[in-house]
Amino acid sequence: MKKQALADRREFLKTVAGGVAAASVVGFPHVSRAQTKLVLGLWDHWVPGENAVLKEIIEAWGKANKVEITIDFITSIGEKLQATAAAESRAGTGHDIMAFVTWDGTKYKDKLEPMNDVADALIKKYGPYNENATYLNFQDGKWVTLPSPIGSHTYPLETRMDLWKKHAGIDVQDIFPADVKKRDKRKVDAWDWKMFLAGAKKVHAAGFPAGMSIAENTDSNDWLGPLFASYGSTFVTPKGDITIESNATLEALEYLKELTKYLPPDIYAWDDGSNNRWLISGKGSAVINPPSAWTVAKRDQPAVAAQVWHHDAPRGAKGRWRGSLPFTWGVWKFAKNKSAAKDLLLHLGQKEQQWKLITASQGYDMPQQNSFLDHPIWQEIEPPKGGQYNYPIRGDEKLIVCGYPAKQDLAAQIYTRYPIPHMVSRVTQKGENPKEAMKWAAKEIATYMRG
Amino acid sequence: MEVALPRPRAAREPFLTRSLDNERLLAAILLAPAVLILAVFIAYPFVMGVWLSLSSTSVGNPGEFVGLKNFLKAWDDSIFRTAFGNTFFYTFWATVFKLSLGMWVALLLNRHFRGKRLVRAAMLLPFIIPTVLSTFAWRWMFDPTFSVLNWTLYKAGLIATKLPFLSDSTWAMWCAISINTWRGMPFFAITLLAGLQTINPDLHEAASLDGANAWRRFWHVTWPLLKPVTLVVVVFSVIQTFSDFQLIYVLTGGGPANSTHLVATYAYQIGVGAGLLGEGAAISLFMLPVLFFVVWMQLRYLRRLEGA
Repeated sequence: MKKQALADRREFLKTVAGGVAAASVVGFPHVSRAQTKLVLGLWDHWVPGENAVLKEIIEAWGKANKVEITIDFITSIGEKLQATAAAESRAGTGHDIMAFVTWDGTKYKDKLEPMNDVADALIKKYGPYNENATYLNFQDGKWVTLPSPIGSHTYPLETRMDLWKKHAGIDVQDIFPADVKKRDKRKVDAWDWKMFLAGAKKVHAAGFPAGMSIAENTDSNDWLGPLFASYGSTFVTPKGDITIESNATLEALEYLKELTKYLPPDIYAWDDGSNNRWLISGKGSAVINPPSAWTVAKRDQPAVAAQVWHHDAPRGAKGRWRGSLPFTWGVWKFAKNKSAAKDLLLHLGQKEQQWKLITASQGYDMPQQNSFLDHPIWQEIEPPKGGQYNYPIRGDEKLIVCGYPAKQDLAAQIYTRYPIPHMVSRVTQKGENPKEAMKWAAKEIATYMRG
Repeated sequence: MEVALPRPRAAREPFLTRSLDNERLLAAILLAPAVLILAVFIAYPFVMGVWLSLSSTSVGNPGEFVGLKNFLKAWDDSIFRTAFGNTFFYTFWATVFKLSLGMWVALLLNRHFRGKRLVRAAMLLPFIIPTVLSTFAWRWMFDPTFSVLNWTLYKAGLIATKLPFLSDSTWAMWCAISINTWRGMPFFAITLLAGLQTINPDLHEAASLDGANAWRRFWHVTWPLLKPVTLVVVVFSVIQTFSDFQLIYVLTGGGPANSTHLVATYAYQIGVGAGLLGEGAAISLFMLPVLFFVVWMQLRYLRRLEGA
């Protein structure tokens, strides 16, 4: 039996993964089955055609390995994907493999099969996952979920290069060209929040304000979290000390008080789609968003899309941070075919498959291992040519999810209950004293910690 | 000789027939489906909700009994207190507007005019359209960037800058109240109209002959007779408005800065968004005593009216 398993393992590695690194991981993979079944609950991708490519890859693997595949593509609209995971975790039955949005792995970590064998095999072959993905997936000494490229995205600045060049005298294409080797360090270093504010004032005066949401939505977390981090403000330490009441937070709040004077006054009522609309309206000169905003513009306002350049966030005193929401894959402990599920995930993690998926998503899906960032799509996709080259991290930025570096359970609360956008709006919209707003946020977070 | 013929043996009725002849058993059988439905869809979720509120259950964790901790925690949360206050404010003003406008429309529709039936049917449209759908339409009209209302007012020269319909706390709350009024008013109007039509016109005629003007006729004839219907409508409306979810969820999501959160939307954010089922259930249960009190007070008043 054991010999048979080993023989099949070799076969698998030959046919699927090229028989390289994963072969050295003892006891993994486990392909050796006769007519097993796998049921997958996957995210229903918004990019047309991506689901079909993913389905084709998985079904081909199923055919080669005699695994009967059933795939349910579940939308995240109306939080249906999250609701499905919640229902399955309670019922103790459902899909074998489940796609999770950013924080769901944390919520279900005790109900998920550790993915150490798969993650270790992929790390050995392709290098480490980025720090943000590791923070979210590697908890309590184990990989509770596996970082997935599908749906994972970052939050670069999407700037109308024509408007910023004309009205603010800032050429973002020149600072962040579509080739990292051509970057001028002096110019990149000068791109900080102070410079962004100066530019924001000018484009506002010209009638083309930048627009970033400060409301109960994920987009707000995904630019405010990095901004606070770039000022050195952390909300809670990994040990659980509440540190939001700090000079760094105060400084960031004072900065936002000034910046919001030059943003649209209605950002406090924006939803996650508002910045897309702001960009395609032709009035917005910059938003912070994944390329979905550009995709909408390409469809509805091609002239606007042709002027959108994706690039790095401004630098603060403590570095340059960019928001990121990785998606993950998990295998329930109650799954009937855990070994087959892991084998499939290992297969999906191979470069050949990742390459196809990144292409199918038109570059939206962001791999979490840096060695995959040399995919040519971000160089090629247009208009403008090279406009998404900087969508993956190319320079000195660090990826972060709002709530980091608090322990993941608490960070998930900080993310999903929006105390950070609320703290900011108390200062910038309601005129509350920043120290009072910080005190309020600290009290809120302390409430979350009471358990 | 007398021959005793065998007595015909009484045919024994089938068990089912005999059972159905038993009134108690029949009542139980007929009630069973309703009881089952109530037990599965009302009682079980309610009991489950109470249990969840007393536990530390989250989406990935069965939790344990924590007593009243979730309730105390919620009360200590400033956002919850805001949401709780908002719920009273929203319910009070929406009900006041729905009642006043509904009464006014009902009195108008009670008159005879051409196209009366068409107007009555058209008036029900806001009530018929699904809340989510109509609120989406309103959201677009109030949209921060593309508001058609702002555009119209601006083009008409009535405003110089955009009105902050949904981005300002006060404006956003009044927008929500207006939409709730728009949607709920037809229910008031049509029910009150039904009540008005049961009032004998002779009473009004007699009052007129006695020299009562329109206001006195309304106050002394119409209103006392309409009071029971009005109270029933108000009770229904208060229950629905106090536990409103869809409108706020779609229109503002509770924002800006929690200023329009109601108890139901905040319970959803905590229970589903943050995955804290126990805390979410506790927050939603704060509605129960309030609604119970309102219903009890109004039904008590209604009974007193009926007894008078």
